[in-house]
Amino acid sequence: MSGLPGALARHPDLDQWLAVDAADTVTVATGKVEIGQGITTALALIAAHELGLDPRRVRVRTAHTGVTPNEFITAGSMSVEDSGGALRQACAHARRLILARAAERLGTDAAELTIDDGRITAPGLNASTTLWEVQGGRPFEHAIETRVVEQPPAPPPARQPRLDLPAKIAGEGVFVQDMTWPDMLHARVVRPPTWAHRLDVLDEPAVPDGQDLRLLRDGSFLAVTGADEYAVVRHAERIAAACRWRQVADLDGVPLGTESQAFPVRDGIPSKEPVPDLDFEPDLAACYTRPHLMHASLAPSAAAAVWTGQALTLWSHSQGVELLKRTLAEALDVDRRAITVIHHQGAGAYGHNGADDAALDAALCALEHPDRPVLLKYTRQQEHRWEPYGPAMRVDMAAALDDAGRIRRWSHEVWSYTHAGRPIPRQPGSQLAGAWLREDAIDPPPAEPRLGPEVGIHRNAWPIYALPEPRVIKRFVAPGPLRTSSLRSLGAHGNVFAIESFMDELAALAGKSPVAFRLDHLDDPRARAVLEAVDDLCGGVTGPRGVALARYKNQQTWAAVVAEVEVDEARADVRVPKLWIAADAGRVVDPDGLINQLEGGAVQAASWTLKERVRFDSQDIDSEDWDSYPVLRFDEVPEIVTRLVDRPDQPSLGAGEATQGPAAAAIANAVFAACGVRVRDMPLDAEALRRAAAA
Amino acid sequence: MVSLIVNGARREIDAPTDEPLAYVLRNRLGLPGTKVACGLEQCGACLVTVDGECRYACTLPVGECADRSVTTVEGLGGDGLHPVQRALLDFNAAQCGYCLSGILVRAAALFDADPAPSSAQIREALASQLCRCGAQPRVLRALESLARQADNPERRP
Repeated sequence: MSGLPGALARHPDLDQWLAVDAADTVTVATGKVEIGQGITTALALIAAHELGLDPRRVRVRTAHTGVTPNEFITAGSMSVEDSGGALRQACAHARRLILARAAERLGTDAAELTIDDGRITAPGLNASTTLWEVQGGRPFEHAIETRVVEQPPAPPPARQPRLDLPAKIAGEGVFVQDMTWPDMLHARVVRPPTWAHRLDVLDEPAVPDGQDLRLLRDGSFLAVTGADEYAVVRHAERIAAACRWRQVADLDGVPLGTESQAFPVRDGIPSKEPVPDLDFEPDLAACYTRPHLMHASLAPSAAAAVWTGQALTLWSHSQGVELLKRTLAEALDVDRRAITVIHHQGAGAYGHNGADDAALDAALCALEHPDRPVLLKYTRQQEHRWEPYGPAMRVDMAAALDDAGRIRRWSHEVWSYTHAGRPIPRQPGSQLAGAWLREDAIDPPPAEPRLGPEVGIHRNAWPIYALPEPRVIKRFVAPGPLRTSSLRSLGAHGNVFAIESFMDELAALAGKSPVAFRLDHLDDPRARAVLEAVDDLCGGVTGPRGVALARYKNQQTWAAVVAEVEVDEARADVRVPKLWIAADAGRVVDPDGLINQLEGGAVQAASWTLKERVRFDSQDIDSEDWDSYPVLRFDEVPEIVTRLVDRPDQPSLGAGEATQGPAAAAIANAVFAACGVRVRDMPLDAEALRRAAAA
Repeated sequence: MVSLIVNGARREIDAPTDEPLAYVLRNRLGLPGTKVACGLEQCGACLVTVDGECRYACTLPVGECADRSVTTVEGLGGDGLHPVQRALLDFNAAQCGYCLSGILVRAAALFDADPAPSSAQIREALASQLCRCGAQPRVLRALESLARQADNPERRP
């Protein structure tokens, strides 16, 4: 084919990507979704640049099955690369077609024409026309088959206003949780305490006089519907209090470090070759761990649904509406052509949270109430207990140095449970939790190791450094104790934490500074540049500071982070007052949006690294709200300074997950620099600090 | 019937007196800015002021608000935007924005009491407001900038 970017080859119809509206605006379509990362603003900027418009004239329509291009899922920091690349090329085609028509109208050569905020003219030409006069309301009827020349990069705007922000600042009801219809029903589910519990006994409590409430009861799937939201909430609480649950499995699973399916990894790709032995005597060996972590989106998941008797329409904050549509069809046994899923914003998502589950539950309620829109919301505790967590990880590192203090041998073995629990059609079983609970239950499919490049457990296990024959082993462990799936950066958080902590330990052993030791082992000039940039930005990695670096998936954004910490040794308490970030994301589309993503990722990673752990035992999950699952607060967040290394001549690279790993390791390295205690277990809380200090 | 003043207007509401204010605002008064995100007084997304005092609307029975004056995010700036709203807009200080309503209500209460709070005061005031996307450094920068403007005598009216 012609090397068309993203989904263009599958969706060559230009009208599916772009419409010049009747007047003043242009509407572009994406199969990606807004999850707080600002993708709609970035895509508007791309279209505006290519078409010669003010970005405020660009409307962005996000994922809507059967309408927008199918871009599968918003994940892996691919949206600017994929959807942005496709949209840029689609707009370049549109520009050519528009200018050809304008040239005809103006009686001039298209090559002479320029567009300035929609006005089309040429130097020295008295006449002009506009995008809307030429193309407003008219389809292009054009198939994109070849790649055409795009507009040269221009300096990006310093601070592009986020297009979705004014409505949110004003408190408008823009989220799926805010949707409303005159005849809408509210719905709440009553869930077992964990995935391993089912309903034992329920004597249904009476519905209070005068209230119109219904209980949908299907095996262990319980949902209350009614027109009045608070009445529904109260009745769901009554039912929950009346339920007796039985445990059908222990929350034990196979411990990490015991048994596994092992795969050697080369250049980020696992193989089924035999696993090589560790055939050297390490100068240093260390084991790093992270616990299960939560997405813990600020709002519990929700979905709206309406069933007409023939067609089911859902509004969901799922990151993959096309995949959701097909898995819903399978779980509901409804023809997928009868289902439409429209993305509607929820609270920030950082991977596979409860959004998809909520969509199934809303659909089950809607099927019971034809022609009535149903808005279903989870409770805080349901979201915390039932969302698929980011799985625990264990990384065993070993290395040997040569006489010059350079790494001679390297070994990295990473153990974890599946990071791939998203609903994927045509699997046996269902990944939608409601399906597990119904009388005719569809169980989840057994977890399988994924062997693609840089996915899941082995993401960023391959070192960024130039090392002789690194030994890297992926160890897939199943089953785990808890339901797990994709959480922002997947395995990269644990793997980079381990690699970059270990590099500091090796630097100390070699008697080199952390920056110099890394530079000694880095061939990649862009990696060297971000490391040198962050070193320069912070004025030197000295005192209670630590540094770490990674290139996300070894193929996207390079990010280097320096953390400065304060350690209260008496209280074994770590604070991070300051972070510095340097990043190279190729050609920068929206610098402020990029900085926002890098910084937000670093703050979230600091929260994971310092505070977070899903607490559970074999019987129950104990992390069910913000008290039992504390996260970083306003009085604890670092100040952050970020420097972008812009490469206008290089492709744009995804950045939304680039700082998760480096921020974690930079903090651990800073703790060591501050107090000489090497903490290898996340979170770096008082318990871990005291344990490490005693070791 | 409960009678209360919401964003300056007297409203009569036919709701059970134990119904939390947040549900009344969202479902009976068409004010979706006040979010219910935990229902446990832990995250602050539902924050409103009642007679000028910050309260968690997710648990506050509407009956306790009778004849009192409630301000929600929609009413912070009267007909326009409150300075804290403008500051957050100017700094793109958000990611998903779900936590913003509560943060804005808390920040407005702080700045209404003292137009030039210190950085430490801003952090302390917002410590009970959760943001999960990591937008806090931007929110702090925006509010610190606003405080500096107020602190600058040349900018004072």
